[in-house]
Amino acid sequence: MKKSEVPQDNGRVFEKGSRELYYAVDENGDYTTALSTGWDAKNIVQDHTMQELQERIDQARTDVRNKKVSPIVYFMELRRMDWQLVADYTGIWKWRVKRHGKPEVFRRLNERTLAKYADTFEITLEQLRNYTGD
Amino acid sequence: MQLDFEHHITAHCENGVASNLLKNRGLPISEPMVFGIGSGLFYVYLPFLKVNHAPGLSYRPAPGWIFNRLAKRLGLKIKRQKFSDKRKAQEVLDQNLENNIPCGLQVGVYHLPYFPEDYRFHFNAHNLVVYGKDGGEYLISDPTMEVVHRLTESELEKVRFSKGVLAPKGHIYYPIYIPEYIDWEGAIVKAIRKTCNDMLAPVPIVGVRGMRMVSRAIRKWPKKVGVKKANYYLAQMVRMQEEIGTGGGGFRYIYSAFLQEAGQKINNKALIVLSEEMTAIGDLWRDFAVDASRVYKKRSTQDDVYNKLADDLLRLADLEEQFFKKLKKSV
Repeated sequence: MKKSEVPQDNGRVFEKGSRELYYAVDENGDYTTALSTGWDAKNIVQDHTMQELQERIDQARTDVRNKKVSPIVYFMELRRMDWQLVADYTGIWKWRVKRHGKPEVFRRLNERTLAKYADTFEITLEQLRNYTGD
Repeated sequence: MQLDFEHHITAHCENGVASNLLKNRGLPISEPMVFGIGSGLFYVYLPFLKVNHAPGLSYRPAPGWIFNRLAKRLGLKIKRQKFSDKRKAQEVLDQNLENNIPCGLQVGVYHLPYFPEDYRFHFNAHNLVVYGKDGGEYLISDPTMEVVHRLTESELEKVRFSKGVLAPKGHIYYPIYIPEYIDWEGAIVKAIRKTCNDMLAPVPIVGVRGMRMVSRAIRKWPKKVGVKKANYYLAQMVRMQEEIGTGGGGFRYIYSAFLQEAGQKINNKALIVLSEEMTAIGDLWRDFAVDASRVYKKRSTQDDVYNKLADDLLRLADLEEQFFKKLKKSV
């Protein structure tokens, strides 16, 4: 890529006040560096990814409202986690975390266990317990 | 307290931390040299490992390897420590800052407040430098950022002890010894051979063979997992490929810059010529990303797009196979 072709298509990093460094060739064919504000190809796949994640979150919210899953599933999606990651953060075995994803099991959880989840998701106990998908 | 440390933005975090730390210790070394001598160019496909709900793909060796290989080849010594105790981890960092040692840290990016929301995934192989502490806040030089940042004690603890795959466990590292004489030619030749051997490895998931395997997989995605999931997989692939200077085109350009600099340094014309060829391959990787992004505008029938992308990737694999065979002969 030539230095003059380094894309300047305002992306997410730029919105947050930074730019990205590229290695590119100058007029003499020597390698040099240039800053880029972003690139459309990346913005497009980034937007698509965000959209897919939002769909997962929305699905989890609907499932909580319909009492198909517990709030743990919703907050797991919201924090871009999966079962294994929630297990790692809480220190609870994965198969137990999965069980806690069921509303009827979740309802019987004690405060100490709930606190581990609330901590992991960076919310209060009440927010976790009272989330109904609305 | 603020140590005498100069922040330079780089294309990739691990190269950047290594280059910035070594410059600070009086060894002027560019990012491309770190990347090249650390044999940073790589390709591995891990279909059985799901990352962000998509098949795993990596364009670089495991975190820490670039700096380790660089150290081995230049005769540097790096001190590395991991912790199970968070308090101990902070004590060691504070102690180093007291002793005037800027430190490299491995961190998770999800909790980094200065990262854009779109980049905050549970990815644990990011690197940054702490170069001071002021009013209870750490001074952070993140090599992928234009300017320096600050993190509170609890914020830094959180990113140092993020969980999941490749959890950093407070990993701290810094160079403790730099030899007076460095055999650049020996290091460059060894490093280039290693990269060639990696990319031409007789392993189905590694190097150009890995690329061919991914090409076969892409072709089947729309039928096998459905168009929606296939589109998501593809988005993850391009993200891994071109995010923050890592992966496909970005890495090819850094490697070209390395070949050019190395060729001048050890007076090997062949490397300079091959640098141009690698630049052209980098451009094709970028074209691949642009073609992939067209999928989301739904301009053509899906099957066609995936077949075309698979063909493009096969062509890239062929070009790189020829390239690395030539490169291997030139050193």
